[in-house]
Amino acid sequence: MTAISGDPTIISHDIDVASHHPDGSPRAMGFFTDTSICIGCKACEVACKEWNLVPDDGLSFTGDSYDNTGSIGCNSWRHVAFIEQGRPVAVSDPEAGDGLRWLMSSDVCKHCAHAACLDVCPTGALFRTEFDTVVVQQDICNGCGYCVSACPFGVLDKRREDGRVWKCTLCYDRLRGDLEPACAQACPTKSIQFGPVDELLALARERVDTLHQRGVGDARLYGADRDNGVGGFGAFFLLLDQPEVYGLPPDPVVSTRRLGQMWGAAAAAAGALALGVAAAFLGERR
Amino acid sequence: MAECHPVGFQWVMEAKERGATIIHVDPRFTRTSALADIFVPIRPGSDIAFLGGIVNHILENERYFRDYVVEYTNAATIIKADFRDTEDLDGVFSGFDAKKAAYDVRSWLYDGMEAPPGVPHGEQTGGAGRPIEHGEPPQDRSLQHPRCVFQLLKKHYRRYTPELVEETCGIPRQLFLRVAEALCANSGRERTSAFCYAVGWTQHTVGVQYIRTAAIVQQLLGNIGRPGGGILALRGHASIQGSTDIPTLYNLLPGYLPMPHSERYLGHQDYVRKNSAPTGFWGHMEEYFISLMKAWWGEHATADNDWAFGHLPRIDGDHSAYVFTMGMLEGGVRGYFLPGENPAVGSANGKLNRMAMARLDWLVVRDLVEIESAAFWYRSSEIETGELRTDDIPTEVFFLPAASHTEKDGSFTNTQRLLQWHHTAVQPRGDCRSDLWFYFHLGRIIRMKLRDRAPDDPKNRPVLELTWDYPVEGRRAEPSADAVLREISGWGPDGKQLSSFTELKADGSTACGCWIYSGCYRDGVNQTARRTPHREQSYVGAEWGWAWPDNRRILYNRASADPRGEPWSERKRYVWWDRARRQWTGIDTPDFKRTMPPDHEPGKQAAAEEALRGTEPFIMQADGKAWLYVPEGLRDGPFPTHYEPQESVFRNPLYRQQSNPVRQQFRHPLNAYNNAPDAFDDDGLFPYLLTTYRLTEHHTAGGMSRSVEYLAELQPELFCEVSPQLAAERALEHGGWATIITTRTAIEARVLVTERIPSVRVQGREVHTVGVPYHWGVCGLSTGDAGNDLLPLALDPNVHIQECKAATCDIRPGRRPRGAALLELVAGYRQRAAARPPGRAGRSSGRRSER
Repeated sequence: MTAISGDPTIISHDIDVASHHPDGSPRAMGFFTDTSICIGCKACEVACKEWNLVPDDGLSFTGDSYDNTGSIGCNSWRHVAFIEQGRPVAVSDPEAGDGLRWLMSSDVCKHCAHAACLDVCPTGALFRTEFDTVVVQQDICNGCGYCVSACPFGVLDKRREDGRVWKCTLCYDRLRGDLEPACAQACPTKSIQFGPVDELLALARERVDTLHQRGVGDARLYGADRDNGVGGFGAFFLLLDQPEVYGLPPDPVVSTRRLGQMWGAAAAAAGALALGVAAAFLGERR
Repeated sequence: MAECHPVGFQWVMEAKERGATIIHVDPRFTRTSALADIFVPIRPGSDIAFLGGIVNHILENERYFRDYVVEYTNAATIIKADFRDTEDLDGVFSGFDAKKAAYDVRSWLYDGMEAPPGVPHGEQTGGAGRPIEHGEPPQDRSLQHPRCVFQLLKKHYRRYTPELVEETCGIPRQLFLRVAEALCANSGRERTSAFCYAVGWTQHTVGVQYIRTAAIVQQLLGNIGRPGGGILALRGHASIQGSTDIPTLYNLLPGYLPMPHSERYLGHQDYVRKNSAPTGFWGHMEEYFISLMKAWWGEHATADNDWAFGHLPRIDGDHSAYVFTMGMLEGGVRGYFLPGENPAVGSANGKLNRMAMARLDWLVVRDLVEIESAAFWYRSSEIETGELRTDDIPTEVFFLPAASHTEKDGSFTNTQRLLQWHHTAVQPRGDCRSDLWFYFHLGRIIRMKLRDRAPDDPKNRPVLELTWDYPVEGRRAEPSADAVLREISGWGPDGKQLSSFTELKADGSTACGCWIYSGCYRDGVNQTARRTPHREQSYVGAEWGWAWPDNRRILYNRASADPRGEPWSERKRYVWWDRARRQWTGIDTPDFKRTMPPDHEPGKQAAAEEALRGTEPFIMQADGKAWLYVPEGLRDGPFPTHYEPQESVFRNPLYRQQSNPVRQQFRHPLNAYNNAPDAFDDDGLFPYLLTTYRLTEHHTAGGMSRSVEYLAELQPELFCEVSPQLAAERALEHGGWATIITTRTAIEARVLVTERIPSVRVQGREVHTVGVPYHWGVCGLSTGDAGNDLLPLALDPNVHIQECKAATCDIRPGRRPRGAALLELVAGYRQRAAARPPGRAGRSSGRRSER
């Protein structure tokens, strides 16, 4: 018998993908996308569309390396970015000389802890699920589009044909049945790992340490910090370069962060105005 | 591998995580290179020079695994005195007949041996080495004899220096040495290295010899028959391995038994005698063959009728795919079945293939969607140019919708000979049917008609006497795939399923549809459907599916132990001799007779595997050894030699002989070559290298991917990849269009300018490569020109595969001309090619006749 579970140097960890505790209570679930082992096969994009019945996004050749998807949108809930760089393959290997680097990374909705889309939704179509994920309910969404401008990552997108907003649900229906999301299940190298967020976080930190020990000094986590501008991502990443290189905002901030202050300021202004008006009337009486 | 075998690549990633060094050698920086530790750019068509350089490095620096080489390979064997090497004869071996462009291989044999009578030399023998005459060839275990294989090998590769590799392949010598050292350092008693290859190696006029060179490296380093070693062929489809084991090849019967020739054999005994070996497991060929006849003809195959040997179809020459296509073109072939194949897109020289199909009387295409090979008569570039007119095409095309693998039961056999069963997940829609359904009912109806019309005609007996009684299920009368697997695995006289091919008998009491698969239904259980999780078994995974033969996961695994039967090292312990129990044991099924001790010396009367020593692990070879040198069985030489591709822009740096002298060429106006035979093209007409390949997003000729929205959108258009230098040289604009031209045709593609397709420096000048994925055609959602239309037919002489990984081309900006103007463009190039001074074009063409 060769037990390989629990070994941090091995990719095929045996993480429990069940979305419920044994007592039936739900767990906070998410993705850890380790781009250091992504091979850019796009199986995640296809599996997502197959399971969620997402329409195709049209036959458009972009010329942007092997990326013809372009970005996350209403019809592409996973998006694999391809970044061609002329730089050493591995920092640890000085002999490698001037090499090429081809970064690949599967992007997805971050399922933010402080989700602006959720804050601004006037109908309650967007809601936080029992798995701590953020989902749009299609039968309630009225297509107002407030969430589109609220998302700091440009994930939410309105489908022209039906006017509603569509995005990754982290396969809410599958989670309810204790199945892992379609993209994670299809990923051949387990670059996309699904599991309880706390377990994934521990795994991700271990993985970064391992890579640093191997001389991959560029490895870093993105969205794992629970104190970041959106309170941490439910779907976080291991990147090999600055987030900007992948088209990701380096320091995302929940766009509704100042909403309370704004309402406070507005209330203060309204109060001052009311006082002024009252004062004017009172003065007249004199 | 990440590009074309992403699911298998997960194991490469696992190996990397455990500390393996991943080296990727490719003309392009692909998704595999992106994850590799070392990327080695190479000029297409120069791999034998690269691998030969590694052989030379190992020999010159004494890095070989001496005990393994002396004991388990034919390094010590002495070769005939009249053998001459390419080093002696400037690029050809002894026995070359320039008129026939073929070798007489008699001078290549082991000293003191003669070729078996009656079998033409170099005849294809499937999986086995050629039989060699009974007896033992002389050996020099000190490896000093000037005619021993080891010394011949040294001499053959002496000039394959790091400098030559750099000059020929464009690989900087420091990078080459780094790779060679990495391989040497990772081999030996404690460590092993593996090679994985795909059609980037096979699709050349020297394709078989590419793999042979890797085999020499692996033998010298002791990497065969041991865990973590080997040479792994990544096949092009899910069950290509299966379709070689139970073949769709013209010259093989199941289990690599040769297809009988019309004139060569007097009867089954003569056939077996001329194709088997007295030593090794081919010594049991009669058991394998008669059991096959019993599976196919049952009670009608008896000792009295020569086991129905006369019922078997016969070949009378080379009927390989392209020879067959040429026969269609010349009007000698009337009908053609295409089950799951799309030659109008997938084969080299698409135009020639389409023009050939337009001369058939009938064509049956079974596929999931209407593919280009079914639509060529109204939709093709030849209709567009006016070369074909629908009204003039006599071909009657029958398009029959096929069921996909999810819609039927069956097995896949993968690259490591692993059979994995799959079950019907959904019923096929409408008229879609499985191939099993189609062929079973076709056979049933033909038999019915023959029985009605002429039941006594002896000509009909082979068909009427077939065992054609598979049970059918459901309202569609689907034949039972399970029953077919039972027949393949075989049964004994009591009807009980066999456990192993060693139970097969030559007396007609056993029936088995494919001897190497015997035991896959052992104990009446479908062994191929086993799915024990990895956590519940050893890393060998013996209870996941079933591997032929006898569920052995590593072939020749006797070589994982030293001659005394002890593991070479604890770290690489795999199969060993258990002294106490006096048998071979280990974590895999021993690939050796279980009770034959390491000190076994065969007696004079010993036959088959008993005639091998206990120290000879290569049990399918007549001398029990791995062959560094192939005395017989190959048409183009006992050692791999660097030859330039059919179309090259460089002179062969090693020999005056430019290309493989026995490669298969076709002289036909539709198959013009860019340069004269054995010449090279450096005058600027076709100055660039051309290579074709696949992308992860599409499947081969596109029938299964360009017709699916979710896949078509991921790579929606044909593109070509060029380096920034080439783009500047030819004013190609990123994202714009380019026209790529050869003497066959011109195609258009969108341009991707990328550093990922490096220009390499060879023979003092920089050469650029144009990379073209070949998935596109005129049908489906995503359409485009077919990359393979650019390529000529020039074949490897052993296996008749086309050279489509290395050719030459021209490229210019903009879209290609439409209609007849396209033909004019190509004709212009042809005229200029023909008008070139004969000095260049014919620089070497006169030499062959001098020999």
